[in-house]
Amino acid sequence: MTTTTDYERNVILSSVDYNVVGTRPIRHDGADKVTGRALYGADFDTAGLLHGHVLRSPHAHAHIRGIDASAAEALEGVFAVVTFADFPNVVDATLDLGEEVTTLHDLQSNILARHKALYKGHAVAAVAASNPHIAEQAARLIKVDYEVLPPVMTAPEGMADGAPILHESLRTSELGTVVADKQTNVADHFQHSKGDVEQAFADADVVVEREFNTVTVHQGYIEPHAATALWNNDGRLHIWCSTQGAFPARDATAEALRLPVSQVRVTPMEIGGGFGGKIPVYLEPVAAMLSKKSGRPVKLVMSRADVFEASGPTCGSNMRVKVGAKRDGSITAMQAYLAYEAGAFKGSPVGAGAMCVFAAYDVDNAVIDGYDVVVNKPKTAAYRAPGAPNAAFAAEQVVDEVARELGMDGIDLRLKNAAKEGTRRPDGMVFPRIGCVEVLEAMKSHPHYSAPLGENQGRGVAIGYWFNVGFESSVNIAVNADGTITLVEGSTDIGGSRASIAMQAAEVLGIPAESVRPSVVDTDSVGFTAVTGGSRTTYATGWAAYDAALDVKAQMIARAAAIWEVDADTIELVDGEFRTADGELSMSFAELAGQLGGTGGPVIGRASRNAGGLGVGGGSFAGNIVDVEVDPETGKTTVLRFTVVQDAGKAIHPSYVEGQMQGGSVQGIGWALNEEYYMNEDGAMANSTLLDYRMPTSLDLPMIDTVIVEVASDHPFGVRGVGEANIVPPTPAIANAIHDAVGLRMDRLPMSPVAIMEETWKRK
Amino acid sequence: MPAKTYIQTRLNGESVDFLAEPRQSLLECLRDVVGLTGTKEGCNDGNCGACTVEMDGRIVTSCLVLGVEAAGSDIVTIEGIAEGSALHPVQQAFLENAALQCGICTPGFIVATKALLDHNPDPSEYEIRFWLANNLCRCTGYDKIVRAVQDAAARMQEAGA
Repeated sequence: MTTTTDYERNVILSSVDYNVVGTRPIRHDGADKVTGRALYGADFDTAGLLHGHVLRSPHAHAHIRGIDASAAEALEGVFAVVTFADFPNVVDATLDLGEEVTTLHDLQSNILARHKALYKGHAVAAVAASNPHIAEQAARLIKVDYEVLPPVMTAPEGMADGAPILHESLRTSELGTVVADKQTNVADHFQHSKGDVEQAFADADVVVEREFNTVTVHQGYIEPHAATALWNNDGRLHIWCSTQGAFPARDATAEALRLPVSQVRVTPMEIGGGFGGKIPVYLEPVAAMLSKKSGRPVKLVMSRADVFEASGPTCGSNMRVKVGAKRDGSITAMQAYLAYEAGAFKGSPVGAGAMCVFAAYDVDNAVIDGYDVVVNKPKTAAYRAPGAPNAAFAAEQVVDEVARELGMDGIDLRLKNAAKEGTRRPDGMVFPRIGCVEVLEAMKSHPHYSAPLGENQGRGVAIGYWFNVGFESSVNIAVNADGTITLVEGSTDIGGSRASIAMQAAEVLGIPAESVRPSVVDTDSVGFTAVTGGSRTTYATGWAAYDAALDVKAQMIARAAAIWEVDADTIELVDGEFRTADGELSMSFAELAGQLGGTGGPVIGRASRNAGGLGVGGGSFAGNIVDVEVDPETGKTTVLRFTVVQDAGKAIHPSYVEGQMQGGSVQGIGWALNEEYYMNEDGAMANSTLLDYRMPTSLDLPMIDTVIVEVASDHPFGVRGVGEANIVPPTPAIANAIHDAVGLRMDRLPMSPVAIMEETWKRK
Repeated sequence: MPAKTYIQTRLNGESVDFLAEPRQSLLECLRDVVGLTGTKEGCNDGNCGACTVEMDGRIVTSCLVLGVEAAGSDIVTIEGIAEGSALHPVQQAFLENAALQCGICTPGFIVATKALLDHNPDPSEYEIRFWLANNLCRCTGYDKIVRAVQDAAARMQEAGA
């Protein structure tokens, strides 16, 4: 069957040739990172530094009846002990349930438990001492009186009648309005609806419905959280930490401590991975309170077990997906029920999951119900396309099953129903130009798709979507007399973004990437810049760099005009050279840069931009072709071959785009096959080490082949953020491959050897 | 506070001495006592490889070695890999092949890779993956790391030939 799409191809604007954009220079921070000189969160040191230790709840759910820290305070070498009571102006959420107050209450209560410990690992108290060992010893001397309560561990458990209640004041909201004055663990419910889904299912020739379950998984960044705080004698708080956003960390710390944001300065250290998990603050306010109490700078560093048990993993979920199609392959109805675990406080990524679940399909009739359920696990944080991989695991398997029932090729079915410019998603968003069709076509024409397979081997495909976000970014540029520029930005560089941002400024100014010196600076040194997340950095901060470079260019042209005594309109900048339109006068960027001092002073450019909200540029689609071999004796699944195709809009630095695609794919492979929080009956994680929480090693994997598709977005160079969409398709693509190999339809993650064998035995 | 032991080592080709508490790991001594923070802590139980250093010609996870055990040993950390102001071919290959994203695992990978190529100048893809399986990277999916190691091997063979 051939592709039946009659959709007119998107104009691929990004075939424009550039001098710098699309090349692969060595990253500007590279030498520091291969020699050990780069300073990460835990590497910070300063005179008089104290070391902290956080005491954590051993129980998943317990009332805290009292804390006695006297023995810890009396220990030689201990300088301060803090608990929830040390928060200034503690907010009493039982008095006021307004959204803002609830948010602050949750923020403070997650940083240090108030009356209740809500997950194993929940911080209860903290100690600052002269070294980390004394701090740990002192923390063990703190006596906490717990009344242990039964824990709630999954969304269905939390939603059940008579379930233990985490928060007495929690009520279910719909669109911000409380719908019932009844204690519950369901924080939020919403429904997106389009067309008449019941009628469409009734009229469909094929209907497939399945239920799926996934469990908690962690981002797995290799650097544990680390923060140092100095509450200075002038009342200003200075924090050095590993964070995905210095400004968001500043603002959250200021909010938790009820300080004006101007009283807090955050210096972002190099960050050793985050994937969304280093957006919230955990240690920063605690270190700050310890510093205030001790009068000394205090450093807190999480252990690996702390990272698993007390940072923010992503959610487990319970989902049902139903898809109806006509015999000709038109998908006519799609329905999803998504119940996501929020962790101990409301705010699961179910909303994002609902935006992405059917994003690849142009369907007239759809209903999506989302539930946000609190459970006795760490408060979930973002993890790379948060919420979308869960939803895709369900939806893309049901679509695969529909294709099989119709006897249709899986990519052809997706192409026939593919979302395109103008498609309205069930959640209401109308797509601008997107690359869904182009990604599917690149998959279909890839040689991998038609390569032969052996016994117990199977091939699966899936497509995934992430909407990408815009938000605020600020960039300053100063021109140096030697023709280079210094570029100052606020986006913490988690994977090479100094390079991708610098390259955009270099392109505008016609100078080499190496002539830009990018710096990530603290919150006192650049304008507000939102988090490095949401696939926004190369798009939004890159756009700000583009604008700042245009500002520099305009000023440089004006300066050349003044020197040459010609009209600025007659001067253009071509390939790094300023020249008059008649070609008579010309000067290189470096020559003009050398004359700035004596002709009016230095040139500095600046730009800030709010690049929009959710869905900027149309987001990014990614697809996978995966070959697996399943050992029928052991249930072990081996990934034999893996191809990832993603729409990058325009790849500024193709190596780092490929790197994002490969890294996201491998996190997806780990999620699919190995990774899980294994919870015991008491609600404690039983595998909080990197030995037992099994992330993929180099030996578990093949090479990850990449295909970059470039369907330009609205960004000046056409960029689409590529950080996230690539983690969405691997779990269903691998599930579909397992089905192709051995006929098992896996309805849960991880698809570990145990899960495969259990499914095998069920069929016998 | 427990009594400290006086430890003499050769560290990155220099004679270095320090005082270690019995409970301090070599990793803690390197980072917090000697001040070489290039060696990273990712798990403190030997599973991530971020703290990999070379000790008497073998690579070890320095979180699983006590500081006092380092007495008299010859240790090479990431700070001792570059050849003066010139990067080692492994470092150069990691940069040119974009084999790092966040960079926190990179010191461990570079120390482990140099040891691999010292032992086996022409490893197969499988040998590279097997050797580096003790080093976790969460950003790259290992593809570009494996290619960087292959590139470094080629560079070193060319330079040696």
